Amino acid sequence: MALLEIENLHAGVEDEDIKILNGVDLTLDTGQLHAIMGPNGSGKSTLAAVLAGREEYEVLEGEILFQGEDLLELEPEERAEEGIFLAFQYPVELPGVSMTNFLKEAVNSVREARGQDELSSADFLKYMREKASLVDIDADLTKRSVNEGFSGGEKKRNEIFQLAMLQPKLAILDETDSGLDIDALQNVSNGVNKLWNEERGFLVITHYERILQYITPDRVHVMLDGEIVHSGDQELAHKLEEKGYDWIREEAAAAAA
Amino acid sequence: MTTALDTDSDPKDRFISAFEVNHGQTLNGTSASISKQREDAIEHFAELGIPTNDLELWKYTNIAKIIDRPYTLPLGAEPPSVDESDIAPFLIDDMNAHRVVLVNGRVDESLSDIGELPSGVVVSSLAQAGDEHPDVVEEHYGRYADYEDDAMTALNTAFVQDGAFAYVPSGTIVEKPIFFLHITASDEDLFLQPRHLFVVEDGAIAKIVEAQHALTDAQTFTNTVGEAFVGERGNLDHYLFQDEGHSASQVHTRAAQQKDNSVYSTQAVTYTGEVIRNNATVEADGTFCESNLFGLVIGKDDMHVDNHTRMDHVQPDCNSNELYKHVLNDESTAVFNGKVYVARGSQRIDAYQQNDTLVMDNDAQIYTKPELEIYADDVECSHGATTGQVDEEGVFYLRSRGISERQARILMLQAFSEEVLSELGIDAFRDHVTELVRDRFATYV
Repeated sequence: MALLEIENLHAGVEDEDIKILNGVDLTLDTGQLHAIMGPNGSGKSTLAAVLAGREEYEVLEGEILFQGEDLLELEPEERAEEGIFLAFQYPVELPGVSMTNFLKEAVNSVREARGQDELSSADFLKYMREKASLVDIDADLTKRSVNEGFSGGEKKRNEIFQLAMLQPKLAILDETDSGLDIDALQNVSNGVNKLWNEERGFLVITHYERILQYITPDRVHVMLDGEIVHSGDQELAHKLEEKGYDWIREEAAAAAA
Repeated sequence: MTTALDTDSDPKDRFISAFEVNHGQTLNGTSASISKQREDAIEHFAELGIPTNDLELWKYTNIAKIIDRPYTLPLGAEPPSVDESDIAPFLIDDMNAHRVVLVNGRVDESLSDIGELPSGVVVSSLAQAGDEHPDVVEEHYGRYADYEDDAMTALNTAFVQDGAFAYVPSGTIVEKPIFFLHITASDEDLFLQPRHLFVVEDGAIAKIVEAQHALTDAQTFTNTVGEAFVGERGNLDHYLFQDEGHSASQVHTRAAQQKDNSVYSTQAVTYTGEVIRNNATVEADGTFCESNLFGLVIGKDDMHVDNHTRMDHVQPDCNSNELYKHVLNDESTAVFNGKVYVARGSQRIDAYQQNDTLVMDNDAQIYTKPELEIYADDVECSHGATTGQVDEEGVFYLRSRGISERQARILMLQAFSEEVLSELGIDAFRDHVTELVRDRFATYV
């Protein structure tokens, strides 16, 4: 059984009668890392949003199975409990919500759902320090409000830190590499490589090939106009970097005609 | 002895005639130190009358309607018997404090537990202080709250009998909080007018907590006036927790004056009540003063809460910081009107004012009006107001981490109020209030 199976997924924005995804098919096995590339507006982030359960998107057709179960039936928090994690493209600032309280609430609620005991305060702090050191983030960030006043790089690194804390089965990274300088990009990539293991799948959505210089994907998919039109290995990412998306567009048009 | 207000006459005249009836007797029995301004005050009240919506300062709060009820004025009456078990729910666990309990505006010594105070510090009833420390009382009483132009202060001053008193002499530190627990208890509809005076002299440091609770569902109206003085290099934290229940209305006036290099921080957390008007006035009458005014309103049902602040900068090189937040549920209404006044020549003033409101329900309302009146040219003053709803993006972010929608909403509301509550500088009190606020939020989602 695949970790994630997306079949003929059509989705749009409920209120505005806009259709964005036009039949996405994708299968990801546990332990695999797939990259989804594509130009702006191709539907990459919409796919991530639908997977995480964002309510403003409406699924019109198709299905998503997560570990064989219908994912679309679940609330966002239930998806997190089942093991889905979305690293946000734009992490939200939550003034007044301390990082420590937030992580404690989150970790204990997923632990409870997974049949594990809540961590005591002391064990939690130890666990938090371990994970902070694993993904190499400044422990001082845990003393602040969630993302408040964080730099762009700190926000993205904080997403990887939360990934490490929540131990999901499927991690979706929505353009986590965007806007990072080289140090932060390497830091984020190192984090992903450390957290990528046999029991976890990754879906890395990216605009650029550069993060794939540090992370070697099992598959690279190209998304155009709400569909996956081409899949290949890492070579495909290099080719896209060199040649852009026009040749894919032409190829897709030819195939359609 | 009590006087029933004569509801056949106009509300203003009721008070004037009650004053005339009692003036020669009951009111005369009060300490001379606090009685001197009575006649002056009733004359000002007679001129000013009960505030109506026609006045800009009272535009959104119809206090006249609430005052026009058949209240009884308890003048010289013995307070009804209240025992330890009655006040137990209002005591704050873990807050080791010098406790004074006032029942219907009068200190009840049997319920109080003042404990040992540093040398020279006085914590007592105002009436007792008037007799025992007339020099301190006369130096400060009636100096900071304006009974000449403010009708409700004039009314309070005319009928003054008792209230809370704290005196911290020069250079003295009171480590434990001074806790004034105000209880209303009566089967009758009461009109109460407690009067408080807090004096923190040069270099002295104190924290004062006031909590208002009720043991009755009778309709009550409390017209409080509290005055505070903070001497040079002094530091006073002054907190107020308002939780008198749905049948209690009040006008609560706090007026403070501070001298050079002093810090005065005040916060009112309004939790329950019917119609509540808070006036917080601070005069920074010294250089290098810091003044902090905070407020949190947790509105429910048809509560109406009006916070008026006035920050007077009459000397240069001071800063003031105001933050008021509202979370309004049901049909509750809040008003915020904050005025910052900078006198001619008061240069290098840094004044900040902010009012933020979460409107949880279509029927809840907020009226907000920041005002700046500046006569100096080298100042930095800013004000802002926001009104909105809980940030849905934040709720989704929390849910995506496994936190239930309900818990996510509670967390977002707590986070909103945290910015104000974190300014409460007594851990046990802050935890107590935070828990109550959190309990309320749990009923909102």
